[in-house]
Amino acid sequence: MKQFLIFVKKEWLHIWRDRRTLFILIWMPVIQIVLYGFALTNEVKNSNIAILDQSKDEATTVISNEIASSRYFHLVKNLNSYQDIGATFRTGKIRMAVVFPANFRDDLLHGNSAQIQLIADASDPNTANMLTNYANAIINDYPQSINQNQDLPYTIKTQVRMLYNPELKGAYNFVPGVMALVLMLVCTMMTSIAIVKEKEMGTMEVLLVSPLKPFHIIIAKTVPYLLVSVLNITSILLLSVYALDVPIVGSVWLLMSESMLFTITSLSVGILISNFAQTQQTAMFTSMMSLFLPTLLFSGFMFPIENMPIPMQIISNIVPSKWFFIIVKNVMIKGLGFSSVWKETVILIGMTTTLLGISIHKFKIRLT
Amino acid sequence: MEKEKVITAHQLTKKFGAFTAVDNITFDVEKGEIFGFLGANGAGKTTAMRMLCGLLLPTSGQATVAGFDVYKQNEQIKQNIGYMSQKFSLYEDLTVSENIRFYGGIYGLRDEQIKIKTAQLLKQLHLEDQEKTLVRDLPLGWKQKLAFSIAIVHDPAIVFLDEPTGGVDPITRREFWSLIYEASARGITIFVTTHYMDEAEYCNRVSIMVDGRIDALDAPANLMKTYSATSMDEVFLQLARKAVRTGD
Repeated sequence: MKQFLIFVKKEWLHIWRDRRTLFILIWMPVIQIVLYGFALTNEVKNSNIAILDQSKDEATTVISNEIASSRYFHLVKNLNSYQDIGATFRTGKIRMAVVFPANFRDDLLHGNSAQIQLIADASDPNTANMLTNYANAIINDYPQSINQNQDLPYTIKTQVRMLYNPELKGAYNFVPGVMALVLMLVCTMMTSIAIVKEKEMGTMEVLLVSPLKPFHIIIAKTVPYLLVSVLNITSILLLSVYALDVPIVGSVWLLMSESMLFTITSLSVGILISNFAQTQQTAMFTSMMSLFLPTLLFSGFMFPIENMPIPMQIISNIVPSKWFFIIVKNVMIKGLGFSSVWKETVILIGMTTTLLGISIHKFKIRLT
Repeated sequence: MEKEKVITAHQLTKKFGAFTAVDNITFDVEKGEIFGFLGANGAGKTTAMRMLCGLLLPTSGQATVAGFDVYKQNEQIKQNIGYMSQKFSLYEDLTVSENIRFYGGIYGLRDEQIKIKTAQLLKQLHLEDQEKTLVRDLPLGWKQKLAFSIAIVHDPAIVFLDEPTGGVDPITRREFWSLIYEASARGITIFVTTHYMDEAEYCNRVSIMVDGRIDALDAPANLMKTYSATSMDEVFLQLARKAVRTGD
């Protein structure tokens, strides 16, 4: 045990001496959260729009005002003719145009239905989709508001409810994603590099000749990164709660324990990679290719898995971060308990034991 | 009267698939001896040494190190040997004393012992004022001497040195060998592989490996007589020319 502690202390010294890397490890989650939170946000704020109101009645005025005053839209131009629409889009100043036909209010009140045209710049389909959804929601509020005191049969009820994320904040999606990314980076990449470094430097041979058990060597090398990860998880959670207003709805302890589990999964991947890689560069690239990209692509963090072709969906199952992502979303955002994530937890535990099993087996083979 | 044997190898063999890296070698090393283990690249020196250190299991044959069997008593062997690899084996980003503490620690030395050892070692190497220097900033020769001193910090029965003086200037090599003599005088057996034939002459006995076999084993002076050579260089060349294998 004392030997083990001495080893852990030595690992700390390695990390501590390499201040630049330490600095990056500690600030990376902060920078990522800030980047994703404020720069790369996929939520829509103050998008420029134009309105063409050919009716100019009470109803269209109210709806126009509602749209223009919402925080999603910024009215830059009132158009006068249908021809103006194309011209304004071509200037690139607007992302969406709202067109009210003539006699809008009359149609709504007497014909029981009225139409509004939403024209969106779909060169960015996601944004276009979101903009029309927001606009739709606002427009649908109107008939409800005028029907409040009347019992008329022509109610148009289109209810759009945004579950768990009523403001459609991007942060709800990327906080779990950034957690997965950062933990993978710290645990998988840094441990695999740290272990391979000993091989490259020739110190691994000396360690193997020493009375230390190989298993202890490996574990001792991972402990400091486990601690760095705890620091990272904490800073990400603090930032998301206090800077991005993403609350932790579920149990903090459950969230922490699940994060530790995922940390250990990532560490085992790192250990496995270090078994195969002979140089630090190989270790780094293997970690990048085998984890970083799949985490981005297959965790559901950037692209919804349900929209992928079936073979892709099947592949996504072997990416550990996918399961962690689901767990964090369920616990942190939806506030669900362990009963909702036990399946994912079991999968992660299974993956970890398999990976560790292979690594230890490999390690022994190399020694004989 | 026969001296105590600290390493014995009897028909020790290691095969990797169809390739026989070490072929039936038999030798023994006496306590306190400086035993030179010579051979061209790829002759099987490192493989043989790895078997003795407990890093590789032999395919057949018997061997004991410090009285322990290489097949079954791996752990005891590890407690009783020191090892210095051909690659420089200290941590560059740790200080001199941190390296000593680490290696002392993993061999189970107590804190007081480590403190005493550190002081002794620094004094012996004239590094007293460099205690807090990062190893990275030491000249190569000093690093090498420090690596050797650390390899024997736990007073092992045997220390294995795998080409310890690669890339070091002749003066430093001399100083390095005087450290080896001191260690040997303290009763530590030295098992050293080398490329430098002048170093071979410093050894009590040398063995020369060719193609996985030990083709010659004797004191350097006797070998020179047997092969009617004027230097170990000539002896080595005569033997190594017969080699079929080349390179690593």
